[in-house]
Amino acid sequence: MLGYILRRVAGFAPILFVMVSLSFFMMRLAPGGPFDQERALPDQVRANIEARYHLEEPIWRQYLRYLGDVARGDLGPSFRYPDRSVNELLSLGFPVSVTLGLCALGVALALGGTAGILAGLRRNAFVDYLTMSFALFGVSVPNFVLGPILMLVFALGLRWLPVAGWGTWRHLILPSVTLGTFYAAYVARLTRAGMLEVIGQDFIRTARAKGLREATVVLRHALPGAILPVVTYLGPASAAVLTGSVVVETIFSIPGIGRYFVGSALNRDYTMVLGTVVFYSVLLLVFNLIVDVLYAYLDPRVQVQ
Amino acid sequence: MSSQAPSGERREPQAASDIPHSGTPWVIRIPHLERSGASPWHDALRRLRRNRLAMLGLLVLVGFVLSAVLAPWIAPFPFDRTNLQYGAKPPTRTHLLGTDELGRDLFTRILYGARISFAVGILATLVSLSIGVTYGSVSGSRGGRVDHLMMRAVDILYGLPFMFFVIILMVIFGRNILNLFIALGAVQWLTMARIVRGQVLVLKTREFVLSAQAIGASPARLLVRHVLPNALGPIVVYATLTVPAVMLEEAFLSFLGLGVQPPMASWGSLASEGAAAMETYPWLILFPGLALTVTLLSLNFLGDGLRDALDPQVASAR
Repeated sequence: MLGYILRRVAGFAPILFVMVSLSFFMMRLAPGGPFDQERALPDQVRANIEARYHLEEPIWRQYLRYLGDVARGDLGPSFRYPDRSVNELLSLGFPVSVTLGLCALGVALALGGTAGILAGLRRNAFVDYLTMSFALFGVSVPNFVLGPILMLVFALGLRWLPVAGWGTWRHLILPSVTLGTFYAAYVARLTRAGMLEVIGQDFIRTARAKGLREATVVLRHALPGAILPVVTYLGPASAAVLTGSVVVETIFSIPGIGRYFVGSALNRDYTMVLGTVVFYSVLLLVFNLIVDVLYAYLDPRVQVQ
Repeated sequence: MSSQAPSGERREPQAASDIPHSGTPWVIRIPHLERSGASPWHDALRRLRRNRLAMLGLLVLVGFVLSAVLAPWIAPFPFDRTNLQYGAKPPTRTHLLGTDELGRDLFTRILYGARISFAVGILATLVSLSIGVTYGSVSGSRGGRVDHLMMRAVDILYGLPFMFFVIILMVIFGRNILNLFIALGAVQWLTMARIVRGQVLVLKTREFVLSAQAIGASPARLLVRHVLPNALGPIVVYATLTVPAVMLEEAFLSFLGLGVQPPMASWGSLASEGAAAMETYPWLILFPGLALTVTLLSLNFLGDGLRDALDPQVASAR
C-alpha cells in the first residue's frame, strides 16, 4: 500500500508540470498585462516594474524561472499586492475555503446519505418519492439562486442567522447548505441506487437470518457496499465544491481563496491566478489519492497495484 | 383475487385462484413482441410517452424554447429600453414580472435571456458531444496501451478544477458567446468519452461487428456504420443531461460577470443583478431564478425519462 501511495505521489509531477505549463502560457500569451492602466506609465517606472517581476526577459526564461520556483514551493510575489507573496495570500484564504468546503461536503454526505438509505430501504414508498423529488429539485436549483434566497429568508427575514461574513459557526450554516445541497442531492441518488443493489443480495439475507438487528444489518453489512459509488463520486465532487465556493464566497462575502480568484483573473494578477490553480490542483490530486486509498480499504475486491 | 370465483371455491390456494381457468394453456404475454415491426426506438418512444414527468418536462421545454425563438415578436418591450421614471417596480398589468432598476421590463429580459441560455446549452453540448464521441471511440476501438493511456488522462482531468481554466479562458480571450460555448464544451466531454468508450468496448466484440470486419470493412466504417449507431441510446441520454449542466455553468460564469456582457442578458446575469438588489427588490432574483430552476428541472426529468426509456434494464434495477 505504501509503495502504491509513493508511486501515485511520484505521478503527480508530470500532471502538475502540464497544468503549470498550460496555465502559464495561457496567461502570458493573452493580450493586456497587469500593469496596463488608463494612464500610460512613464517609461522608467514601467521598466523598473518589469525588472522587478522579470517581465523583460524572454518568455522561455520566465517560464523556466517560474517552474524552478514552483518546484521549490515558491509561487512568487503577487502582481496586485506587491508587498505580499502568493504563498501568503493563499495561506490566508486557505483555512477559510477548506472549512467551508469540508462543511459543504459534510452536509452533502450526512443529508444525502441519510436520504439515500431511507429511500433505498423503502423503495417506491412515500419516503422514497419524497426524498427523490427533493433530490431532483436539489440538482436543479443553482447555488447562486439558492444562496440569495436562503439569505433572504433566514437572515434578512427571520433574522435567525447572520447575513454574510465570517467568524462564528453561525456564519457557516447558510454557505455550507448553499454549497452542499447540489451534492447532497447527488449523493442521495447514488446511495439509493447502491442500497437497492446491495439489499437484495444473499449476505444481507444471511445477516437477517442470523437475527441481527435491522440497524446492524443496514449500517454494518449493507452500507459499506452501498456507499462505494458515493466514495468514487467524492473526487469529482470535491473539485466541484472548490469551484462552487467561488460563487458562494462571493455571495456571502467570505474571505476565502475563491472570492479572490475571480478578482485576480480580471486584474491579470498572473502569479496569483497561476498560484491558485497550482495549489488547487495539488489539493485535488492529494484528495483523489485519499479517496482511492479509502476505496481500496472499503472494497476488498479492489487490489492496488 | 378473481371476483367471478364462486364462494364455494374460497378454500382454494390464493395463487391458483388468480389464474383464469379458461381451459387454454396460459400464454406468456410479452407486450413488446406482440406488435409487429416495432423497432427499439419505437419501444423507447412508447415508454417515454408513458412517463408523465418526462412529458411534462418536454412540454415545458418546448414552450420555453418557442418563446425564446419568438422573443423579438412576443416580447412586450425592447429588451434594452430603459425608463428611469419607472425603475424597480413590482409586477403590474403592463410589466408582468416587474421592472429592474433601470426600468427595463423583466419579462422581456427573461425571454431574451432564454435565447442566450438555450443557445449556450445546446451549442456547448454539441461541442462536448463531438469531442467526447471522437475521443471515446478512438480509445475504445484502439484498445490496449492507447486505450489505457487515453483513459488515464481522462481520470486525471476529472479531478482537476476545470472551471478555473474556463474562467482564465474567458478573461483572456474576451467575454463573447462563441468563446463561452467552446470553453464550456471543452470541459464537459469527459463523461461522454467514458460512456462512448465503454459502449465501443462492448459492441466491438459482438458478432455483427465481427462479421462486418470479416468481409473487409475498414476500422472507420466499422465504427461509424456498425458500432456508433448501436451506442446512440446512451449518447442521446447523456447529451440530454449535459444540456442542464452546461446551462448551469453558463449561468455561473455570467453570475460572476464573466459570461454574457450587458446590455445582453442571460438568466445567470439576471440572477446576478437580482442578487445584488434582492433586499429591496426580491422579484429581480426570484423570477430569473425560477425560470432557470424550472428549465433545469424539466431537462432533468426529460433526461431521466429518456434513460429509463432507452435502457429498461437500468430502469428496473433503479
